Parts: sequence; C-alpha cells; structure tokens
Amino acid sequence: MKTICFYFQVHQPLRLKRYRFFNMGKDHHYLDEPTNRAIMQQVAADCYLPMNALLLEQIRKHGGKFKVSFSITGLAIEQFRTYAPEVLDSFRELAATGCVEFLGETYDHSLASLVDRDEFTAQVKAHSALMQKEFGQKPTTFRNTELIYSDTIAETVASMGFKAMLAEGAKHILGWKSPNYVYAAALDQKLRILLRNFKLSDDIAFRFSDRSWSEWPLTADKYVGWLTAPDLPGDLINLFMDYETFGEHQKADTGIFDFMRYLPAAALKTKKLKFATPAEAAKAFQPAAIFSSPYPISWADEERDVTAWLGNELQNEAFSTLYGVRDKVHELDDPDFNYVWNFMQCSDHFYYMATKWFSDGDVHKYFNPYGSPYEAFINYMNVLSDFMIELDKKKADVTATVCASA
Amino acid sequence: MRVLMFGWEFPPHIAGGLGTASYGLTRGLAKQGVEVIFVVPKAYGDEDQRFVRVVNASDVETPYGDRWQDDIRERLTFIHIDSNMVPYISPEEFETERVEYRSRPGEMKGDIWKERYAFSGKYGANLMEEVARYAMVAAEVARKLEGQFDVIHAHDWLTYYAGIAAKQVSGKPLVVHMHATEFDRSGEHINQSVYNIERAGMTAADRVIAVSNLTRRIVIDKYGIPPGKVVTVHNAVRFDRPAAADTERGVSDKIVTFLGRITYQKGPDYFVEAAAKVLKRLPNVRFVMAGSGDMLNQVIRRVAKLGIADRFHFTGFLKGEEVQRMFALSDVYVMPSVSEPFGISPLEAMKSNVPVIISKQSGVAEVLDYAVKVDYWDVDALADAIYALVKYPALARMSATKGLVEVTNLRWDDAAAEVADVYRSII
Repeated sequence: MKTICFYFQVHQPLRLKRYRFFNMGKDHHYLDEPTNRAIMQQVAADCYLPMNALLLEQIRKHGGKFKVSFSITGLAIEQFRTYAPEVLDSFRELAATGCVEFLGETYDHSLASLVDRDEFTAQVKAHSALMQKEFGQKPTTFRNTELIYSDTIAETVASMGFKAMLAEGAKHILGWKSPNYVYAAALDQKLRILLRNFKLSDDIAFRFSDRSWSEWPLTADKYVGWLTAPDLPGDLINLFMDYETFGEHQKADTGIFDFMRYLPAAALKTKKLKFATPAEAAKAFQPAAIFSSPYPISWADEERDVTAWLGNELQNEAFSTLYGVRDKVHELDDPDFNYVWNFMQCSDHFYYMATKWFSDGDVHKYFNPYGSPYEAFINYMNVLSDFMIELDKKKADVTATVCASA
Repeated sequence: MRVLMFGWEFPPHIAGGLGTASYGLTRGLAKQGVEVIFVVPKAYGDEDQRFVRVVNASDVETPYGDRWQDDIRERLTFIHIDSNMVPYISPEEFETERVEYRSRPGEMKGDIWKERYAFSGKYGANLMEEVARYAMVAAEVARKLEGQFDVIHAHDWLTYYAGIAAKQVSGKPLVVHMHATEFDRSGEHINQSVYNIERAGMTAADRVIAVSNLTRRIVIDKYGIPPGKVVTVHNAVRFDRPAAADTERGVSDKIVTFLGRITYQKGPDYFVEAAAKVLKRLPNVRFVMAGSGDMLNQVIRRVAKLGIADRFHFTGFLKGEEVQRMFALSDVYVMPSVSEPFGISPLEAMKSNVPVIISKQSGVAEVLDYAVKVDYWDVDALADAIYALVKYPALARMSATKGLVEVTNLRWDDAAAEVADVYRSII
C-alpha cells in the first residue's frame, strides 16, 4: 500500500503598475489593479472555481478517502476577497469536508527566510493567523516560498511548532535517497520532511499536454499504473505542484480536468493506493533517514537553487534596499506602510529581474509582465524609492507630532 | 573563394556605419581564406585622368592603428573608382550640396565626407547619373577581372547597378547587402528612384543579406522579395581596438549622450523630450548631442524652447579619437532611432563600458540582451530608463559589465563565416 499526498500551491502576486520616476512624490498607488483583477478573475474562472468544484465532488463521492492539501498565500487570499470572493467561499467549502489540509507559509510569498529570521517568523505567524481565520485550521505543516529549504530554515520552522515541512526531492539533492519516504530534519529531528517526487509531479504539471512526450496522452489508468509499479520504492508519493496547473498551465481542452476526475477512483480501486494529507503522512511513517541541505534549495529550474530570485546584481540590490528599510517600517508600524512593505516582499518581483534565462526564457516569460529584467528592476526601484521617501516624510510627521504634544 | 565587392566607403574616411562594417567584414572574410577585391569610389579630383586604379592593401592607410597581417594583406585588393558618390545623402541633398559647394569654392565644411569628395564638375550631373556612371566603370572592372572572382557582393543601393552590371558581363552570382532601406532613411516618404534601384538590385541578386531580421522583414514586405533568398547576417563589432585612454572629466555631473546623425531616422527629437523630463527631476545630469544633420536647427530651437539649454550641449560632428573621448565621458548612451537597420554605435559604447539604451526599432536590439530597450516613441520609458541608469548604480554596473562581455562576443569573424556560407550556397 502506497500513500499519495497532493499539495497544490495557490499564489497570485500583487503586480505593480508602470511607475515612472516622475510619479514619485505625487502618486502613491503602486498596484496595477486592472491587471491584478483581470488575472485573478481569469484564473478563477479557468482554474480555481472549476477545480475546487471538481475536488469537492471527488471528496464527497469517495466519502473521505480522497484528500488534498493547499498552501494559499496571504496575497492570494486578499485578491480573492477583492476580486473573486466566490473562490474564497469554495475553499471554505473544501475546508469544511475535513479532507483538506491548509499549509503554513509566509503571508507574502516572500524570501524572508533567506535573510531575516525575525521577519520570517512574523510573516509565517501572520499567515497562520489568516488560515485560522479563513478556514478554521491552524497549519501544522510548513511549505516555504518556492519550496526553499535549508537546515537552518527548517530549524526555525520547527521552533515555531510545525511538525512537518515540504522540500524538493530532485536527484542531485537526494543522491541515492528516494523522495518516497518521510525524512527527519538535520538540526531538529522532530520535524518531518516530505519530498516532492519531481518526476511524477512534473508528469502532470509540465508534460501532461506535451505531444512530443512519448507517454502522451497520459490517462488516469496509465498514471496509476506507474504509481503501483512494483519497482517504485517507498511508502509515499508526494505530488506537489502549482494549483494553476489545472486549467491554466494545462488548459481545459488538454483533458486535465477529466484526468483529475478519474484519478481518485482509478487509484482507490487498485486497493494499493490511498490518499493522505501531508500532516497525516508525516505522522504515519517513521523517518527513513536524515535530510540535510546546508545551502538553500528550491523547486525551481534545473539547478534547484535560489538564483532565480537572488542571482544577479539587480535582484541583490533591490532586495537589500528593501530590507534596508525594514526597521523603519516596523518602528512606524502604520497599516498603510505595512501593506506596501508586504506586497513588495513577494518573490515574484525578484523573479521578473532574473537574467539567467536570456537564452531559454519560455517558462519564465509566461509569468512575466515585463519586457526585460531591466524594466522590472527600474519599475520596482521607482516604487521602492517613492515608498522610502514617503516613509521618511511620515516618520518626520510622527516625530513632529510627538514633540509638539510633549 | 574569391569575391568582387562593391562598397562606397572604407575607413579611415568614413561618414557612418557602413565603412566600419565593410572593414570588419572584409577582414573577417580574409581570415576565412576568402580573397576580396574591394571596389570603392574615391574622388581624386582633376589632377589625374585615370578612372580606375588598383591599390594594394599595403598602400591603403590602415585605420584604428591596425596593422595588416601578411596573410590578410595577400587576400585583399582595393580598386578605387574615381567618383564623387556621396554616402548618406538623398539625391535631392546631393544636388543642393553640389550647388552650394559651387557657389563657395574652396571652402571646406566640417563633415568628413565633404572633405573627401571634391565637387569639381568632372562627375555626373546628379547622384543618379553618378550611380549609373559608377556602374559602367564597374562593368569594365568586372570584364578586366574575368576569371578572378567567383561571386559579386554589392553594399547598399549606390552600388547595386554596379553589381548588376558586373553580374551581366561576368555571369557570376550576385549578393546584395541591405545595410539600410529607403524606408529607414526617409520614413514613408520614400524617394521612388532610390526604391527602384534597391528593388532592382535585390530582384537581380541571387541572395540578399539583411543586417537584421527587422531589415529582412522590410525587404520581404515592402519590396516583395521572396523570403527564401533573404538571409539575415547580423553585424558585429571590432574588438581589438585599445580602450580609450582615461579622459579627465571637467564636470562631476552624469553625462547622457546621443551620438549620430541628427536626422529623422535617428530620433534626436525623442532624446530632447526625454532629457527635459529627466532634468525636471534630476539636477546633476547633462545631455550631449554629438553629430550633425538636417534636423540640427530644429533640435536646437526645441532645446531653447524647453529652457534646458544650460544642461543640453551640442558638439557638432565628432570623428575618430573624439568619438572615443565622448564615450569615455559618457555615463549613459542613448540610441532612440525611429528605424535603425542595425546600429553599430551602441556596440562601440558598450565596448567603452557605457550602459546603453536602444530603441526596440533597431536591428541591434535583436542581438543584445544587456542593453535597456524602449520603444522610440515612448519618451516616458526613455526618460525613466535614463533616470534609472543615473540613479540606481547597480543597474548601470550590471549593464556595463555584462554588456562588455556580450559585445565582445559579437565577432566579425562569425559574421564573415555566415557571409561565406551565403557565397557557398550560390556558387
């Protein structure tokens, strides 16, 4: 008997509008609201709503035997509230089935774990509180932005009370180990690590509609055949992917929804497969070994490192400028400023500045609203510069008021 | 493989990018083992009655302080045809300049091409006649050289009749090279006779080489040339020039430079408008416009009207060393061309470690990842890019260092190898 563990990532960044330097000092609305709304409503219609309905139908049909998990960023939840409240309702419905786990992460899909333990902890707590409020669940499993993982990050995560954490299971990270077992974190062995089976996950997420793939077309029965193959080692198959896989990256006409509609039944009828949430899986199995990565790894690109976000001078400069004002933002603790500080954290802004794909930009262009990394950097820095000017003005105001009243 | 090549300028006496490209290409071809006979118009004036002279490479003044290596020298021959064909001006301008020159004999103007070509009355009555006369001489050259070349290569419309004539007398295949189209030079108000010559050249040619995909598109769409015979070979940049010596800067301000002919094609007016926007927000920047052209007066008036003349400077036409010094002084180089078939000058700027902003409507944008690219008409985006390069040092640093690496990899040797492949496909 093997256990299938589904986790779907739900995230939409708050995209910045075209912000020229001459907007500075005059215009403090940084977001591209029409685009954010259009994308959210489009993805809601193509993916979130139909896929949530499909999952709900399958959970009900199989009477609790079909289970999945989600990690939903704070920025996505905010945009559900504003642009597509019906999506939030459908997630609540899923939560009410008891077969859906909501994972913890940073509120803003940020890179804080790489630089600032306090900031990271605060953002994770804010996200956990949001999950509690929206879905009535306190997350016990953690997934970091882009599955970024290192031993020290895992230790921080364990210290916050999480029982399990997700990570990438690519070959060059795991070596001879299989991703199909539960592992224990190196620095705090009470924390269980679940590793993404990248081959079987990407068969659905990337290759499903690829007609040049020798396995195309992929049917639920064929896929279940792979999951039950006698030579597949381990207890557990972790299928981790972006939720937008369903209906967005793989459009409805590829048959992705039909595939997912038949997969639970096809799996359960073999009597060799069952479904579990990450928390259940982490509890069900003893760790096979220690999982250790002294340097940060992620689920991105061939390298599985963090150079997609912090790799070139532009990204490093923008990131360090942002973190340079952290103390000021927290001292001021003004809701308007906190709001901007939050969405500026989002890893997507840094991803748009990446230059590593000048030669093979396909996947990356798809997600990128900018024509070039330079445009992305210029726009981000203009917004950040205005934010910093306003922050200083506000601080001066506050100080003046305090002095006057004293 | 031996090629008979018709050009119309060659360093060090050049007025624009074509001479530089001819130089890089012929050297590259010679390194590939291709023998090049380069025919170029040269006005000798009245003192000598010969129409054609054969000049060995060793007698040609070497530009940029290069030396002709022996193996390259052996493969290069120059033929000068006595002609006053003038590059970069329209037939109408040719007429005006000629009349103007005649009215003020003896007076030389600053532009290098005017120094080079003496308007003595010995030549054709207008540019078109001169082009035709050049073609007749070219036919004679081709006849004399019979058996000494396998393919004919003609650069830009001035030499297309020469190319066609050479093909007719020799029966050898013809390659024409589009460095610019009449649409790039004149926008939609094209000179019909120039267009006709371009089209005749490309129709008669066995292959058309376009300097960018942008140009290739124009050749196919606006001249109706079958796509199958149009090949893109991007230009490259010379890489062995010694870096410009450190130039002492007189001012601590950041300097943003436009360097090129001040004509419609180069988009100088967009540079001015962007400058005005930047100057409203940044006090420590100066703008320099280097070059001359028919829009200069208009641009000066606009600068005055915008009230930015104290921070916007004109240098006039710069040559050789001065260009290098200008690059060395620059913090940002801008090429806002409305239509630029390729555009060599941003590559020269990048070689001098200057971050560049280029218009998306330039062929060179196709080969550069590390240049900042904007639409030429998007003055806001241009202003924003200038502001960012001045204000965010990380951007300027990365653009300069990565740009230098990128530009160093654009070799004439590689471009010449592609051109040699084009020859091979038709002989």
